[in-house]
Amino acid sequence: MIDATHQIDDLSAAEEKERERQLKYYSASQWTLIWWRFRRHRAAMIAASLLGLMALAGIFAEFVAPYGPVSRDTKYIEGAPQMPRFCDAAGCSMVPFINGTKTERDPVTLRAISVPDPEVRHYIQFFVKGERVKLLGFIPIDRHLIGLSPDADQKIHFWGTDDLGRDVFSRTIYATRTSLSIGVIGVLISFVLALIIGGVAGYFGGIIDNVIQRVTEVIRVVPIIPLYMGLAAAMPKEWSTTQVYFAMTLILGLFGWPTLARRIRSQLLSIRNEDYVVAARLAGARPGRIIAQHMLPSFTSFIIVDLVISFPYMILSETALSFVGLGLRPPSVSWGVLLQQAQSVRAIEQTPWLFIPAVFVVVAVLAFTVIGDGLRDAADPYSEAH
Amino acid sequence: MGDTILLRFTLERFVGMVITMALVSVMVFLIMELPPGDYADRYAFRKYSGTGVNVTEADIEAIRRDLGLDKPMVLRYFDWIGGIVLHWDFGQAFAFETSVTKVIGDKVWLTAGILFATLLLTYIVSIPIGIFAAVRRGSAVDYGLTVFSYLGLALPNFLLALVMLYFANRWFGADIGGLFSAQYRDAPWSAAKVWDMMKHLWLPAVVLAWSAVAYQIQTVRATMSDELNKLSVTAARARGVPETKLLIKYPARLAINPVVSTIGFDVNRIFSELPIVAVVLGLTELGELLLKAYLDLDMNVAGAILLMLTFAIVFMNFFSDLLLAWLDPRIKLGA
Repeated sequence: MIDATHQIDDLSAAEEKERERQLKYYSASQWTLIWWRFRRHRAAMIAASLLGLMALAGIFAEFVAPYGPVSRDTKYIEGAPQMPRFCDAAGCSMVPFINGTKTERDPVTLRAISVPDPEVRHYIQFFVKGERVKLLGFIPIDRHLIGLSPDADQKIHFWGTDDLGRDVFSRTIYATRTSLSIGVIGVLISFVLALIIGGVAGYFGGIIDNVIQRVTEVIRVVPIIPLYMGLAAAMPKEWSTTQVYFAMTLILGLFGWPTLARRIRSQLLSIRNEDYVVAARLAGARPGRIIAQHMLPSFTSFIIVDLVISFPYMILSETALSFVGLGLRPPSVSWGVLLQQAQSVRAIEQTPWLFIPAVFVVVAVLAFTVIGDGLRDAADPYSEAH
Repeated sequence: MGDTILLRFTLERFVGMVITMALVSVMVFLIMELPPGDYADRYAFRKYSGTGVNVTEADIEAIRRDLGLDKPMVLRYFDWIGGIVLHWDFGQAFAFETSVTKVIGDKVWLTAGILFATLLLTYIVSIPIGIFAAVRRGSAVDYGLTVFSYLGLALPNFLLALVMLYFANRWFGADIGGLFSAQYRDAPWSAAKVWDMMKHLWLPAVVLAWSAVAYQIQTVRATMSDELNKLSVTAARARGVPETKLLIKYPARLAINPVVSTIGFDVNRIFSELPIVAVVLGLTELGELLLKAYLDLDMNVAGAILLMLTFAIVFMNFFSDLLLAWLDPRIKLGA
């Protein structure tokens, strides 16, 4: 007895710390462990922050974007991006500024073109007064994150303007909201469908499973974009942009479930005869409750991984459909709608800034993929760490 | 004995293929029925709009009766599929005022050409590179390929097509989009025209193969990595089998299996991307026609093409099953 106390006293501080760490590790919940492991995946953390920023910009689009998605600046049509700078020929300033523009005749074509005017400086300001908009659709605000002072006789276009003089930066921010939200709703719809279809197939098995497997196979075998195009083509032309938006989410969700349903089915099939499931069944629980309460929790983390990696397909499909004119239609703005303006080689040569929305598509898709990879590594925290 | 097993396996897969095709045809038919209004409405509108003739509901009803569109949906489905199976007749293409078969014409072969060029390119590139990446795991090349794979899956294909078109135009001159040079576009088929097509085929093939390559490199690399750790490899190495021969004889042989089993998947992806890439590159094949048909709501043409593309995928699945059974005899015993 005395010896034992003596020994504990002998434990060095480092060992004590180690013991505490282990205790924390062993008593942590599954989700805490997943988070700890995910946190170590640096690329996934960066991707998650990027995506978070994008989502924030999208949610608060009215505040972040200096101008509305359809406001026109007739004085600066197909104008090049105006990058804020600190120095020009006249010296440097602490506050970033852009040079003013003046209109000149193109010496060859005699077309009116806007050229930078080094004489004038417009300073960038934060929280400037601008267009009156409704944040999130109902909070009226007139201040925007960034812009030029309302006294300036011109507007600022960080990423240039399109053929109607609409600000590409503002439009891209608004498009981010549309495109990401279509992805989210589409994934949610297909998740619910996958849960029901995969759940029924995997829990009951037998002939029900066979029939469902056949149907799933048929849907999987039809090339997905032509299938989506067929459904999108059926949307009546007179539908409003809101109707088209919801129809698009429905179309994307309605056929996005097979992969996830298959995963849920095979997982359910493999644990269908585990003792705890049989026990629940013998206790008289209904199938819905057994699936939801007893079976799903054993592979929730894998479902989340599959959900995350199905985002890119939604986003790319929406972009592709809108790009060819079968998805969202102007005046809606989504990444695909914006890229419609950049359909030709001519656009690459003359107005390359119209391709900036494509960067968003690539970044979003990459981010979802990397996060999916990180989550997959973290999803089973009880496995050996690499 | 072995022959009967193979025969049974083939027969089973064949029946499965036919059932899938039948179900696919039902689904395609439903999609054709989806747009509001039917063929008669669109036909009447197209024929009489601008002529000053006042089209009444009765006229449309008459057209409907003439075309057999007043029958119940189930009967119309059997009319449609029966015409296709028995007479290779896909109905009328109203936007072109001729039969669908005429409109589609030799576009089937152009599409098949693009498809096979793309598949060939995909496998020629991805299999050796995937094997190489697995053998040199953790090297700079392996790391670079991982980055490439990520990008390959993330780049929207139309964007890739645009960028490639831009650079192709800069480096190889203006006459690069489309499938033919101007002088051959409407010319009858000849050896020179085929050669001209070959010269144009590489660009769509590269664009379409891009994501498939990205995906297959990862598959080959993963299987190859697993196989390299097998005892058979160690044993062969211990026997003193030269390294190259050893790689080809044991792990590489097996690393090809997952590629073979996903041929249908690759065809699916290629066809999925085809309409969009076709628009950007100005390819005059089925994908582009499909998009046009959808935009015109010419559902007979759209349905025919969707059916053809999907049947091709189902058939390629069947083909890949057989090929796999031949490459890896364990498969047919398990099935």
